[in-house]
Amino acid sequence: MIRPARAHPLWLAYILHRVSGIALALFLPLHFWVLSLALTNPARLDELLAFAEMPIVKLAEIGLIFLLAVHAFGGIRLMAMEWLPWSAPQKTLAAGAVGVAFFVSGAFFLQVI
Amino acid sequence: MLNLKLYMLQRVSALIMLPLVLGHIAVMIYAAQGGLSAAEILGRTKGSFFWFLFYGTFVFAVSIHAAIGLRVILYEWMGIRDLKLEILSWGICLGLFLLGARAVLAVTWL
Amino acid sequence: MNSRSDTLQVKVNRGSQADRYFETFDVPAYDNQTVLDVVSWIQQHVDPTLSYRFSCRVGMCGSCAMMVNGEPRWTCRTHVNRVVKADRLTIEPLRNLPVIKDLAADMDPFFDKWVAAGGLHHPSSTRAEPIEKVDPADEARITADASIECINCAVCYAACDTVAGNPDYLGPAALQRAWTLYNDVKDADKSAILDQISGNGGCHTCHSMGSCTHYCPNELDPMSAIAGLKRAAARSFFKRGD
Repeated sequence: MIRPARAHPLWLAYILHRVSGIALALFLPLHFWVLSLALTNPARLDELLAFAEMPIVKLAEIGLIFLLAVHAFGGIRLMAMEWLPWSAPQKTLAAGAVGVAFFVSGAFFLQVI
Repeated sequence: MLNLKLYMLQRVSALIMLPLVLGHIAVMIYAAQGGLSAAEILGRTKGSFFWFLFYGTFVFAVSIHAAIGLRVILYEWMGIRDLKLEILSWGICLGLFLLGARAVLAVTWL
Repeated sequence: MNSRSDTLQVKVNRGSQADRYFETFDVPAYDNQTVLDVVSWIQQHVDPTLSYRFSCRVGMCGSCAMMVNGEPRWTCRTHVNRVVKADRLTIEPLRNLPVIKDLAADMDPFFDKWVAAGGLHHPSSTRAEPIEKVDPADEARITADASIECINCAVCYAACDTVAGNPDYLGPAALQRAWTLYNDVKDADKSAILDQISGNGGCHTCHSMGSCTHYCPNELDPMSAIAGLKRAAARSFFKRGD
């Protein structure tokens, strides 16, 4: 990918959307595998869940929820722009999408600390 | 490099996942209270037809959505084309679906 | 408020398509100097073999478009003061196009895609019929008018990262043109346009990163035009039950 000299807001939204998608796609197999341990090795699952209580893991989880929220709300923004006949103030929407994502992961943060 | 069909699959799978994602985040926020344990999770999901449908649909939709999304990235950023691209895209779709289905069954096994 | 020195260090990307290299020139700095002035100065005073394009030099024709410090711009409308960094400038030919020589890009692929996107008027009447009255306040006409001032300078094409990653992608200018015809009441074959913009490399390839709209010197909005095409294609997808 050619890194451009310009980084205007909508381009940043695009990159964030793409990178969050990649991160989530890489995380999913791991997530599925851990959950399937409930079938094959429940003791191991409990071990991993206990391990997941560690603050660093909690931090990673918050990061993941942020990425998921960013990707989902960013996607909503995209589809609104594409399918609703607004000439919407795009940057406002993009910023709003990130804001909501922050809020959502913040809520998670408050629940787990 | 999306044609109309792939584009529609991508958008429709996203729309299907929208309520599922919001629900999943909400559940995670609720469930994370007071720590997680296998017993606590499974207590909620085992034998539940609702959760089977919920996460089953989620897995189906995400397998398609992620595979198409990654297909575009493989094409644009890694220059992968033709047969190699098809194999990788389908591989990702099926891989995610199989792993995900296994996980769904693991937690909702009736 | 110019605390710059009297000399600019200008790195120019030169050579043929196969063999590119950078050459640095020391150019005297003046007030109210444009990047086109800088390139012209080099060619007139230092190296007459430097190839570049310009025509009107007053921001109307789009011929002088080049990459300036990594951004696609009309060099005649880019003041050095606005883009210079520590007395340095880097000038390259437009991105995403093959190069003929030095700063002159080959515009053929751009125009080929212009045609391939279906931006060709399909007549609905003959000269024997009265001229069709088109109300300028008509909604479709307003939509079309918002996009018709494109002068094919290829700045949007150079700005787009999707064009960079996908040689099949028709690009913002070509798709915007198709959109103006789609909204033209006089065009007789809208479904032909939809077919041409919804295939491989068509409007669905666009990721809406908006660099096209951000950089268009005529302040057009190809990104929204492409969104309009997506809407039109989606509607036809559901109607035809594909």
